Amino acid sequence: MTDVAVDPGHEPTRRDFIHIATGAVAAVGGGLSTWAFIDQMNPAADTRALASTEVDVSAIPEGGEIKIMWRGRPQFVRHRTAANIEAARAVDVAQLKDRQARNTNIGDAPATDENRALDPKYLIMGASCTHLGCVPLGDGQGDYGGWFCPCHGSHYDTAGRIRKGPAPENLPIPDYAFIREGVIKIGLSAAEESNAGWTGA
Amino acid sequence: MSGQSTYEPKSGFTRWLDSRLPLVRLMHDSFVDFPTPKNLNYWYTFGGILTIFLVLQIVTGVILAMHYTPHVDYAFDSVQRIMRDVNYGWLMRYMHANGASMFFLAVYIHMFRGLYYGSYKAPREILWILGVVIFLLMMATAFLGYTLPWGQMSFWGATVITNLFSAIPLVGESITTWLWGGYSIENPTLQRFFSLHYLLPFAIFGVVVLHIWALHVPGNNNPTGVSVKSKADTVPFHPYYTVKDSFATVIFFILFATFVFFLPDSLGHTDNYIEANPMVTPTHIVPEWYFLPFYAILRAVPDKLGGVALMFGSIAVLFILPWLDTSKVRSMRYRPIARWFLFLFALACFGLGYAGAKSPDDLLFVTGVDADGLAVGFTMVWFARILTAYYFAYFLIILPLLGLVENPKPRPASIDASVGGGASAAPQAAE
Repeated sequence: MTDVAVDPGHEPTRRDFIHIATGAVAAVGGGLSTWAFIDQMNPAADTRALASTEVDVSAIPEGGEIKIMWRGRPQFVRHRTAANIEAARAVDVAQLKDRQARNTNIGDAPATDENRALDPKYLIMGASCTHLGCVPLGDGQGDYGGWFCPCHGSHYDTAGRIRKGPAPENLPIPDYAFIREGVIKIGLSAAEESNAGWTGA
Repeated sequence: MSGQSTYEPKSGFTRWLDSRLPLVRLMHDSFVDFPTPKNLNYWYTFGGILTIFLVLQIVTGVILAMHYTPHVDYAFDSVQRIMRDVNYGWLMRYMHANGASMFFLAVYIHMFRGLYYGSYKAPREILWILGVVIFLLMMATAFLGYTLPWGQMSFWGATVITNLFSAIPLVGESITTWLWGGYSIENPTLQRFFSLHYLLPFAIFGVVVLHIWALHVPGNNNPTGVSVKSKADTVPFHPYYTVKDSFATVIFFILFATFVFFLPDSLGHTDNYIEANPMVTPTHIVPEWYFLPFYAILRAVPDKLGGVALMFGSIAVLFILPWLDTSKVRSMRYRPIARWFLFLFALACFGLGYAGAKSPDDLLFVTGVDADGLAVGFTMVWFARILTAYYFAYFLIILPLLGLVENPKPRPASIDASVGGGASAAPQAAE
């Protein structure tokens, strides 16, 4: 190839073609093979398989809250009081910091309380602060009667929406459904979703 | 100063070796007869101290790895077993843990030495940049190592730091999942952190070799910042600086031993003696002391991405420092205005460290009380904001402008002239 550059009158030969073709195959092959070395760090099949869990919510008293583990991360299940629900519904979505419902079950929607809880009595959501992943303190903590993150001072309201502090988003609602009376299953589409990983489907 | 080699093989074997692998010649030219400015003060001994600490960390680390189990169910207990049952395990672990703190103390002194004497300026830009690379690798290694005991601070520190990457738009979540190997910090995360914590020190070692190579091409800077001009300006590295470095190392080891034997847990956090629990976040997460200034910068910004960008930017700016400082004068000794800004910069770093250790809403000083009788005043987060602004202003505004307007003091004609004595009158005559 240098010959081509140095000598403008030089006609490309079979040898030039072989050089370029070999180089191209080596570059593309080398590039593709790195994928295996990168992707091995993504969640393994056994990790992805453990991606759903069932919870009996009927045992939670009104005003009570439990934390359960799902995909290695704690999730809040709160049995809200009528006052909690009323307080959450009285909020105008326009004044929220994050106006997205962040509810995997319904996709893009405004962050109204109706869009946050499938059954208004039970609020099920991720217990990792959307700032840097600490577990917020529950039981009506913070300025809005919901949750308060002790790490960097984020306040969430009774619908788990971010109201004050550095966290950018509302606490995420996982995909779940009532599979029978008083029992929910979290992680319905877990397999496909977690397989998506880097491909971001 | 990569001058002519003065090495003369004396025996038949060394002659035979020298013509095949001139390793002895390399060592002789680098650490025995290497011409070194004769005015280096004790601030210049920290390079040697750092090399010794790197070796010490690798030796104690390899030993700890023989007894440690990188699994979420066993990691915490295996560390406690090292402390209680393994022969001298307590010594190995306390040396390793406190050695990391000493390593950072020495590197911060080493870096401020470079800032004060202008050691980052031409022709030592690559030397400085390699140093910043080592600093970054050290930070990564220290963070990974802190995760391994699997205490509460290990777990939650790792959670906070890996979540920093989730601030990156679009791919952030995928990157954190990829780093974790799961949906949270779990066993795959611990195992890969152990693997990388074992690897990175050897990467540091490699960059240190490059760092010393890049040092030995232009030679040492010195407190005057004036380049070496003649043989009268230098002394051989051995015995002058081998002895000086050794003495400083002994003094520094007294400090190290004080921590290892009398205050072994004083630099750590007590919460790390509680086993990691993903359900409970400690009320107050703080990193190790050497990360506090950067932690304060992270929290100074109310925006997640902004805080992360500024924190990484605070180190990234060091890479371009050689081109930000427009002054031709290296040493702050002869820069009457710049030196005060540098002292202020050092104070700002201490202040950021202080703010990083406190809660953002803590008060630096109280100005009064509000309607509920609660104290109000100047909060840590605002303190950190002002200091962060100064941190960046020092590099991006003060140094570029000051080099153009500052009137430096007269510098000595040579290193030899600066140290006085008979030779100074006739620099060329000295031998």
